Amino acid sequence: MTRTAPALDIDAILDDESTRIIVCCGSGGVGKTTTAAALGLRAAERGRSVVVLTVDPARRLAQSMGLTELDNTPRRIKDGGSPADPDGVNAENGGALHAMMLDMKRTFDEIIEAHADPQRAQQILSNPFYQSLSSSFSGTQEYMAMEKLGQLRRSGDWDLIVVDTPPSRSALDFLDAPERLGRFLDGKLIRILTAPAKAGGRSAFKLLNAGFGIVAGVLTKVLGAQVLKDIQTFVSALDAVFGGFRQRAEQTYRLLQAPGTAFLIVAAPERDAMREASYFVERLAEDRMPLAGVVVNRVHQSPAPALSAARSLAAAEDLEARGDHELTAAVLRLHADRMQLAAREQREQEHFTSAHPTVPLVQVPAMPEDVHDLVGLRQIGRLLAS
Amino acid sequence: MSGPTGGKNAARDTDWEGVRLHVVTGKGGTGKTTVAAALALALAAGNRKVLLVEVEGRQGIAQVFELPPLPYEERKIAVAPGGGDVYALAMDPEEAMLDYLEMFYGIKRMGKALTRMGVIDFATTIAPGLRDVLVTGKTSEAVRRRDKSGKRVYDAIVMDAPPTGRIARFLNVTQEVAGLARVGPVKNHADMVRGVVASPETAVHFVTLLEEMPVQETLDGIAELRTAKLPVGGVFINMVRPTGLPEAVLEAASANRFDNSELALGLKAAGLADGKADASLIADALAQEISEHACRTELERRERETLEGAGVPLYDLPLLAGGADLAGLYELAEAIHTRGVA
Repeated sequence: MTRTAPALDIDAILDDESTRIIVCCGSGGVGKTTTAAALGLRAAERGRSVVVLTVDPARRLAQSMGLTELDNTPRRIKDGGSPADPDGVNAENGGALHAMMLDMKRTFDEIIEAHADPQRAQQILSNPFYQSLSSSFSGTQEYMAMEKLGQLRRSGDWDLIVVDTPPSRSALDFLDAPERLGRFLDGKLIRILTAPAKAGGRSAFKLLNAGFGIVAGVLTKVLGAQVLKDIQTFVSALDAVFGGFRQRAEQTYRLLQAPGTAFLIVAAPERDAMREASYFVERLAEDRMPLAGVVVNRVHQSPAPALSAARSLAAAEDLEARGDHELTAAVLRLHADRMQLAAREQREQEHFTSAHPTVPLVQVPAMPEDVHDLVGLRQIGRLLAS
Repeated sequence: MSGPTGGKNAARDTDWEGVRLHVVTGKGGTGKTTVAAALALALAAGNRKVLLVEVEGRQGIAQVFELPPLPYEERKIAVAPGGGDVYALAMDPEEAMLDYLEMFYGIKRMGKALTRMGVIDFATTIAPGLRDVLVTGKTSEAVRRRDKSGKRVYDAIVMDAPPTGRIARFLNVTQEVAGLARVGPVKNHADMVRGVVASPETAVHFVTLLEEMPVQETLDGIAELRTAKLPVGGVFINMVRPTGLPEAVLEAASANRFDNSELALGLKAAGLADGKADASLIADALAQEISEHACRTELERRERETLEGAGVPLYDLPLLAGGADLAGLYELAEAIHTRGVA
């Protein structure tokens, strides 16, 4: 039995003024960033004031929007979009498009600068543990993506924010950020770490109970005294900042659950990507995040769908056996391959739809070439909405 | 040169003789885990023992081998054609941390207390750089491990590593940790890991498709590894499709000079069309397919040229007609063997 998923109406989401945030999530390599940019462009040309927040450092995306590079500040994409100047955003409907790329270190530094007095800020910014944490450690990106999203939303400068999620191990790790931070801040570890610094010396461990003392001893043994000291200085200096940080992370989390948010899962019609998409559907439901639907990118179709793979192959064999029409035989084999690929992709999607029959879905056909400019993004936008 | 397990396996003439740690990276969607699994099978052939390590906790190896989720334990999961064992280890940073404490400090019993106090949580999630050190550390330990008689336990280790965008940072643990620990046990551990990862016994292979973004990321990744003085291996070009059509036809299609009438005649001859009008209708549709195919082929040719500029061996792996199932995995292992990788 073939199941058909309900159609995902992209324009209804983009045109609905109560939609304030669109989150694109999905496994790596499925065209998430391109989808986010195409949605942003389409929304802007339909009259919305949009900012696209990407975490993907792909310079190509910046270039496709006419910017040399993206940074931590939203940059306006130039207007245009007329037949004479297709490479620009058509602002006839009163919209505008901005784009930015998350710079996690810059974002983290800004939080510190905004929430600590100058002396303490300096102390934190020059701490070796902070420098590693803010610039290179992979988990930081999730916190900072949440933070930036919250900032953009609170600023009120845009009526629609389109964000693509970090390419982390599990692409929904950012949902765990507030809880993880909370667990850390509520945990006993932070008390161990902050205690000695507060009391002004190593002897402070003695003030704690025996269990704490042992743990502190182990930490010293494993990490070494110098690392532990850096961490302690960092954590106690950051103590004040952390509280607000966590509060905002929780706010952003609740914002994502609110009706103004639409989650779009981006996938490709392959087994792994569709399996991940299934996982995302379940995970979003678990966190009570509003799922709008699934975008399946790079779907192969044939302009001659009536000619089946089986007939095509049989005919090719027949021609080859006769030693006739070599070219036609080769073309028929090519067509058969394409029909088989299309059928396999169809099966993967049906598999998904059987498990999640109510999740709306839209397909974007595979392009022979990659997207290079706003014209290409506009075309993707059209396909998303059709 | 024969493998460390002694004379039972014949000498091999492969491109990566002497490499014991094969790190496999690739952009999402390129088939990195599948290629890592096939490489492990190919390396195990000839009665060897290979460990396949998963570092990202996604249970990708279990899925590729069509097995239930794997525990944090070295467990035999497959037999290579003609004999040879593939073991798998699904890395779990928390378990690796407890292992590490046990191995170096004999304090595994502390584990529970540390977990309760959030120390393990902190080390493995809040400070994920430490997590990378633990994961690469556990892998390095397996590379160096010897049995009681002094023989290597594994002939080779294959690591299904993080994606291309993160690989240099992931492997470059010394630098990561240097900002944090200039002296002390963590630094010593990181130095040990660096010793293994940067040695000539390690090779970092890339998996790519002939598409613009994965190729660009591969080149960036190679450059980053070279800067970090980490050993670059080969590039697996995955899902390569046969060209299928003669060069002249592709050229004509690219230039919009393709002659549909010959195709229409062929379709009629094959009995696929009712009459002339129908034949030319189908021919037009198929011509569009050919033109898209020609465009794709041209793009793939350009991307291959770009890859050739990197100066590393390229290995073509075929697109699996039946998808990446277990049978396909063995097919890929065979291809990897034929190309002289293992």
